[in-house]
Parts: sequence; structure tokens; C-alpha cells
Amino acid sequence: MYTQALDSSGAEPRSPASAGDAERERRFQERIDRDEKIEPKDWMPEAYRQTLIRQIAQHAHSEIVGMLPEGNWITRAPTLRRKVVLIAKVQDEGGHGMYLYSAAETLGVSRGELIEQLLAGRAKYSSIFNYPTLTWADIGAIGWLVDGAAIMNQIPLCRCSYGPYARAMVRICKEESFHQRQGYEIMLTLARGTGAQREMAQDALNRWWWPSLMMFGPSDTESVHTAQSMRWKIKRFSNDELRQRFIDVTVPQAQFLDLSLPDPALRWDEAAQHFITGPIDWSEFQTVLKGHGPCNRERLGARRAAHEAGRWVREAAAAYADKHRDRAGGGAERYAQAI
Amino acid sequence: MSAAAESALPAAGEDHPRYVLRLADTSLVLGQRLCEWVGHAPALEEDLALGNIALDLIGQARLLLAHAGRIEGRGREEDQLAFLRDAPEFYNVALAEQPNGDFGATIVRQALLDAWQLELYHSLTASADERLAEIAAKALKECRYHWRFSCGWLVRLGDGTAESHARAQEALEALWRFTEELITPDALDVRMASLGIAPPLAVVRARWEARIAAALKEATLRQPSSHHYPWHGKSGVHTEHLGHLLGQMQHLQRTYPGVTW
Repeated sequence: MYTQALDSSGAEPRSPASAGDAERERRFQERIDRDEKIEPKDWMPEAYRQTLIRQIAQHAHSEIVGMLPEGNWITRAPTLRRKVVLIAKVQDEGGHGMYLYSAAETLGVSRGELIEQLLAGRAKYSSIFNYPTLTWADIGAIGWLVDGAAIMNQIPLCRCSYGPYARAMVRICKEESFHQRQGYEIMLTLARGTGAQREMAQDALNRWWWPSLMMFGPSDTESVHTAQSMRWKIKRFSNDELRQRFIDVTVPQAQFLDLSLPDPALRWDEAAQHFITGPIDWSEFQTVLKGHGPCNRERLGARRAAHEAGRWVREAAAAYADKHRDRAGGGAERYAQAI
Repeated sequence: MSAAAESALPAAGEDHPRYVLRLADTSLVLGQRLCEWVGHAPALEEDLALGNIALDLIGQARLLLAHAGRIEGRGREEDQLAFLRDAPEFYNVALAEQPNGDFGATIVRQALLDAWQLELYHSLTASADERLAEIAAKALKECRYHWRFSCGWLVRLGDGTAESHARAQEALEALWRFTEELITPDALDVRMASLGIAPPLAVVRARWEARIAAALKEATLRQPSSHHYPWHGKSGVHTEHLGHLLGQMQHLQRTYPGVTW
């Protein structure tokens, strides 16, 4: 899963500190213009580094927090097949979190520091995960819409200028595409099921449609970082371009399910060859972003509770590793380093 | 299993599916417990590991339930068996249904059961029930990994800090009373062993005891001395916890009977 189009609140890129920096920065931009990948040991402007750390960390946090709304249905999945598929999906998200934290670590920040920022409420994650999963159909809707939106956002990141992030995204995109198909298949089964199942599917679509459109972030006119991120090839398409692409792909999928989208203004524009939606309620987005959504407290509360409850376990692992440092106990040592 | 292999099986009647359900239900119930950890474990690595073990266990349960349904011959498939039986018709050992508690209690429960499943599946690879032997061979590979994980953590917690040692020891004291059921044969175990479908539990007992004693020693944990009460989860007499676990697991199938998911 994914983070919404990224954060417009960080430090503005600064002008180079010296003439030497200016020259390095010029060469750096030339490499990017030639579509070369930037690797961890290469020189990079501090603002590029900070933008990437912020973006990759938000993405990693989103994967980890995103385990919670879907994890909410693992113990209640309706069949054993659905249960194992859902566990595997949530595992994939945890795995994505791991590669992304590792990618961020190549920029000189530790996983521990990033997690501290998340738990202290200083880091963002995608606001979509602050919505509740109320019925089984929400698991279908998340796979179809949320992972579908994630794919639109992430495919261009496979060509991101920063090598470790781009490479992590290749694998992540493959898995997301699988998740999206699984989610759609749940929706199809419900939409073709009994009246109660159909209602469940429609209700889930009603609740997830608008938050999914908001995942692409504020409209281009409001998004301050787009231009610089595009020059650096961290971002390749604007929020509105990606959102439109998602709408154009998803509306026919809803029609195939014979479910209705909760937007009376939705129409096909023949001249533009696009589906045009009604206005997005950005005040809701801002409310959720500021921490007042339906589950912000629960999601962060669950992460904090797990972290606190796990403290004695991590301390035990570290103490054991200290006592047995000379022994070949790869697992314990790896663990001690991770904390 | 081929028809010829099926007909070559000793006539075990209802005992046979009942025995397979014991194995299936133990994996299913333990897997369901581990599902509760997903998203809440002490670190990301442990979250993924517990989820992977849950996946393996539920995978084993699916194969075993399908097999039990086939030999039972009443047309029940895996989901009917998993979602439409009530607690007295579940035959898992009572240890598997015990609540997760803290990470230490989960690890102690897991290590005690991993060691048991490892020895049991090892013996079952020679079962006269060929299909069961095949499933055991697959499960055995998974159990080796599960044991490596749970035993590794048992040792780290036992020999970690004073707090982790105390927590692990306390969990061991609380859960040890459920282990007698794992290694003491009842009439069904004896009948299955006499037909070559199951191993004599005495064999499993000796290996399990040795494995656990060695792990506890390395973990600097003290083995509790007595087994307090003869639990009969494998005959369908459970602790209070199983009904709640099933209530949650079976909720959708019970609320919307007979629909396709």
C-alpha cells in the first residue's frame, strides 16, 4: 500500500551554500537529466536527501500502519482460503515496510529514529488508514481501490532517480498489483452474491471512494513541492494527473460490478476523453490529516501499544546478544542491531 | 489418495477422521491465535515471523480438514468443518487454544507445541494412511522452522534480562499443566497406533521430553514439576477460551449461512 502524494510541509529546498556546492549541484542535476540513478554514496544536495527521507519514511510508515485496518479482519475472514490470502497480503505490507525502511537507511537515518518519529506523532502516514474497516467488503474495497490508487502512484516511482527507492518499488508494485486483483475479486464475489452481500459491497464502495481519490494528495494548485520533485525525478506526474488516470481506470470497473459510485456529478466528458467527478471535499482530507479522522487515535495508539509491550522483549534480545556475543547467534545479533 | 490405497487402509471407522481432526484442529486453532498478533508484535521481524507461522499452520489445517472430510464420507469440506462445528466438536489439544498473553506466553505455548508437532509429524511420515504421511512430510519441514523460531526466542527470553526470565518462567508455570494431554495416549490414540495410522505416543513423549528439557536448560528455565489436570481437548472437552475464539472466527459463516465468499 502507499502513502498519499507526498507531504507539502517540509523544509523548502535551500540555495547552495557555496560555489563548490553550486558546481556539484549542477553536475548532480545533469546526471538526473541523463536519467542516471543516484546511489547512496554519491554526492547529493541536502534538500534532495531530506525530501527522499521524508517521502520514503512516510511510505514505510503507511505500510506498517496499513497492516492494522486489514489485520482487523484476519481473525474473522469468512473462509480459510480468504484467511490465508489476507494474512499473506498483510505480510507483504510488513515486508514493504522493511524494504522501505532499509532504503531510507541508505540515506543516513535509522529505522529506530524513523519509528520514534512516527510514534511521537511527528511523521505522517497515508490518511486512508485512518478510516475503519467495518465489514468484510471493506477488505475487498481496500484491495481494489486503495491498492489500485497505490499502483498508480507507485509505478512512476520505479523510475525514481534514487536507485534504492526505485528498486524497492519494482518488487512492491508487483505485489500491489496482485493485491489489487484479489480485492477486486472479493468485490466481484460479493456483487454477484446475495442481496445482503451486494449491499455490503455497495456500502464499502460508498465509504472508500472519496478517501481513495484523496490519496493522490492535494490538487496541483495547492501542492508546493511538485516542481522541485519533478526536476529531481522523484516525482514524474502531478497529483491531479495521477488521480485522473485512477478515475478513468476505476469507473468502468465499478460499472462492471454493477455498483454505483457515490458521486451524482460523475460524468463522461467526450471531448476530454475523461470521467469528470464532482468536487472533492478537501476539508475532510485536512481534518483527517490533522489527526481528527475516525481512527487516527486508534491507529497510532495500536502502534504505540505494540512498541511499549514489546520493549522488554527487545531488551531481552539485546541482553542475550551481549552475553553471547562470541557465539554464532546471527538472529540475536541481527535483532540487537535492529533496535 | 488413490482408491486402491484407500481400500488398503485398516478399517478404522469413525476413529480415523476423528484422529485427523485432532491434528487439523490443533493447527487451525493455534494458527488462529497467532493471527491475533499480526500488526501488534514487538518488532517488524517478529510480526512477519508470527504471520508466516500462522500461514503454515492454517495451510496444514486446510490439507488435514480436507482429508478428514474425505475419509469421513459425509461430504463436509474444509470450510464446513472449520466454521460450522461448535466447540465440543473441535478436537484440538487444549494448549493450542490458550490466549496469547504477552509475547513470552505466546513463545512458551508455541515452543511446547512446535516440539510436539515436530516429533508427531516426524513419526506420521510413516503412517499407514498414505495421504496423512504426505501431509506430515510437508508439515514436518514447516515445523522445523517453527521450532527454530520459538526455541530461539525461548532461549533469548529465558537467558535475557531478569524481567524476561521471570515472564518466561511464569508463562511456563501457567501452561505446563496442559502438556500432559500432548503426550498421554487416550483410547483413540491407542487404536490408531495399533492400526499403524498414528505412532505410539510413548515414542513421541520420549523425544518431546528430551527436546523440551534441552531447550529449557539452555534457556535457564526451570521445568515445572507436576502436571495438574488431565485435559481432554482432543476429546472435545475444552477450556472456556475456545468458544470465544470460534465465536470470532465463525462469525460471518454463522451470520450469513450458505453463501459464497
